[in-house]
Amino acid sequence: MSNNRLATALKSCEQNGEKAFIPYIMAGDGELSSLKEQLLFFEQQGATAVELGIPFSDPVADGPVIQRAGIRALNNGTTLKKILEELVSIREDVSIPLIFMGYSNSILAYGIGQFVTDCVKAGIAGCIIPDIPVEEEGLFAPIQEAGIHLIRLVTLTSSKERIAEIAETAQGFIYAVTVTGITGAREAFGSEVGAYLEQVKEISPVPVLAGFGISTPEHVRSATKYCDGVIVGSKIIESLEQNRKQDIIELIQASKKQVQQ
Amino acid sequence: MSKYVQPDQTGHFGVYGGRFVPETLMHAITELEEVYEQAKQDPEFQKQLDYYLEKYIGRETPLYFAEGLTKLAGGAKIYLKREDLNHTGAHKINNTIGQALLTKRMGKKKVIAETGAGQHGVATATVCALLNLECIIFMGSEDIRRQKLNVFRMELLGAKVVSVSQGSGTLKDAVNEALRYWVAHVEDTHYIMGSVLGPHPFPVIVRDFQSVIGKETRKQYLEEEGRLPHAVVACIGGGSNAMGMFYPFVEDESVRMYGVEAAGHGLDTALHAASLTKGKPGVLHGAYMYLLQDEDGQIQEAHSISAGLDYPGVGPEHSYLKDINRVTYTSVTDEEALEALQMLSKEEGIIPALESSHAIAYGFKLAKQMKQEEGIVICLSGRGDKDVETVQARLGGSEHE
Repeated sequence: MSNNRLATALKSCEQNGEKAFIPYIMAGDGELSSLKEQLLFFEQQGATAVELGIPFSDPVADGPVIQRAGIRALNNGTTLKKILEELVSIREDVSIPLIFMGYSNSILAYGIGQFVTDCVKAGIAGCIIPDIPVEEEGLFAPIQEAGIHLIRLVTLTSSKERIAEIAETAQGFIYAVTVTGITGAREAFGSEVGAYLEQVKEISPVPVLAGFGISTPEHVRSATKYCDGVIVGSKIIESLEQNRKQDIIELIQASKKQVQQ
Repeated sequence: MSKYVQPDQTGHFGVYGGRFVPETLMHAITELEEVYEQAKQDPEFQKQLDYYLEKYIGRETPLYFAEGLTKLAGGAKIYLKREDLNHTGAHKINNTIGQALLTKRMGKKKVIAETGAGQHGVATATVCALLNLECIIFMGSEDIRRQKLNVFRMELLGAKVVSVSQGSGTLKDAVNEALRYWVAHVEDTHYIMGSVLGPHPFPVIVRDFQSVIGKETRKQYLEEEGRLPHAVVACIGGGSNAMGMFYPFVEDESVRMYGVEAAGHGLDTALHAASLTKGKPGVLHGAYMYLLQDEDGQIQEAHSISAGLDYPGVGPEHSYLKDINRVTYTSVTDEEALEALQMLSKEEGIIPALESSHAIAYGFKLAKQMKQEEGIVICLSGRGDKDVETVQARLGGSEHE
């Protein structure tokens, strides 16, 4: 698995003393034909990887911003098949590691075997399936067997024992959810979140990235004090919606400033 | 049939069921599983449950010999299990009272639930009023428009009704939003799932609380006829009244079981709710089960004249019982259900819910083909008062012309 692009990118962050920054975008939100351009933007701005959402009709883990992006993508006629075809066709032009974020039914309907074959062709480095706990990973085992990281989530409601169980055989990174809730913006960064991230960090053999509700450079700086990086979703999608690329650049910079200033 | 023990330790009925939920909910559903296991062993809990079932809900409900309907069919004897006579008019409350008592036991003070037509919402609001629990009901904006009276009923009972406009603004979207709310308020809130759906242990809990239907039926039929019925029939949306009726008969090999889905405008149209007949397995709302979905795995809208059957999936245990061929799953159109509703009203003086009318329609057809010395039980899951307006609109003025 050492040739996994995501593993390599995370390793180089660590070696450079940087924090990882992974933006989330919804595939097909703003036509699939613009996907290459979107990915290259993040690559040029120094993002570590891109998390690419697969639109689903019933996204229970997502807040309003990502729900709307999913509906726009579906209304554009986006399907998992078209996403994978597009990724295969732009593979040579994009080098930033790609992680799929998709609900289990999208993958099962595609067929797990075909999904894995096509992900390998498209150069997918990791998959996040937000509606499965470790107990239901069995159906998705071929993903890991193909060398694609199946990234696990831990949450504020996970006990210490459970975090240990989840982390023990974790791949890629641990996605530490920093709100008890769904994706979307939040106010401040509670002090208990720092303690929680430290705890996860202490247990985890792989890097720990914080996500859900991270929407300002301040959040990015606060979170990265305790862990190895952040994932930003709703705020990225909003900024793309409003064409405020500068906001995105500032978020990415916030993950780097500790070393660059 | 040999001993039937389902689900397994991990909450799977064969390949179906499971716990397809965000990690945030794992703690809550594990806690629920533990509390439920303890409650099942606790005679005090059972006593409390029995007390409310008898004194508050009015159980046991009669097993009624429908003589008029039997004569009309000219075949097997038709018995009706009168779940329509429960407090609030349907079987839904068998489950909500049980889960509300579990909520108390967990020390939680707030309850959320989803509702489509409003029956489960009303049954939940009712027990929350009774047991002093705060109650929030999630309901699709489209359903709120169609079911204004039930919204008012829930509000009278002290519940807060939250309108869900995401997605298609119907039942499945209400479940999504209730799950999202639960993820964010899991510490002090219990989610009363309304059918044999959702992540383990919900399908087991709802089945067990609804099993009072089948247990009573089995005992009553034995007393009445000195033997078991040849067949039992129930309608299926998510599948809770059917599971409650079937479960106590599962090991009685001689008893044939029929689950009746809503065929809406017809199975050859896109407008139906026949998940078992026309769907394929997938994951929705926490469980692996038969689902109406397109090739890309997007969940499709279900259609039925009866809002209670209007759900694009069917419980994991039904999915399993279909695959092992223990239950025969079939379907009935809107048109046939409407005819059955009128037939039962005129023959027996009982206006059945549109949901239950699907079971009546199929049960009647079935009885016709059977011998006079045989007997069947149809689960009359709810009364039809709530549907009178829909039926009137559908039949138009023709009755008066």
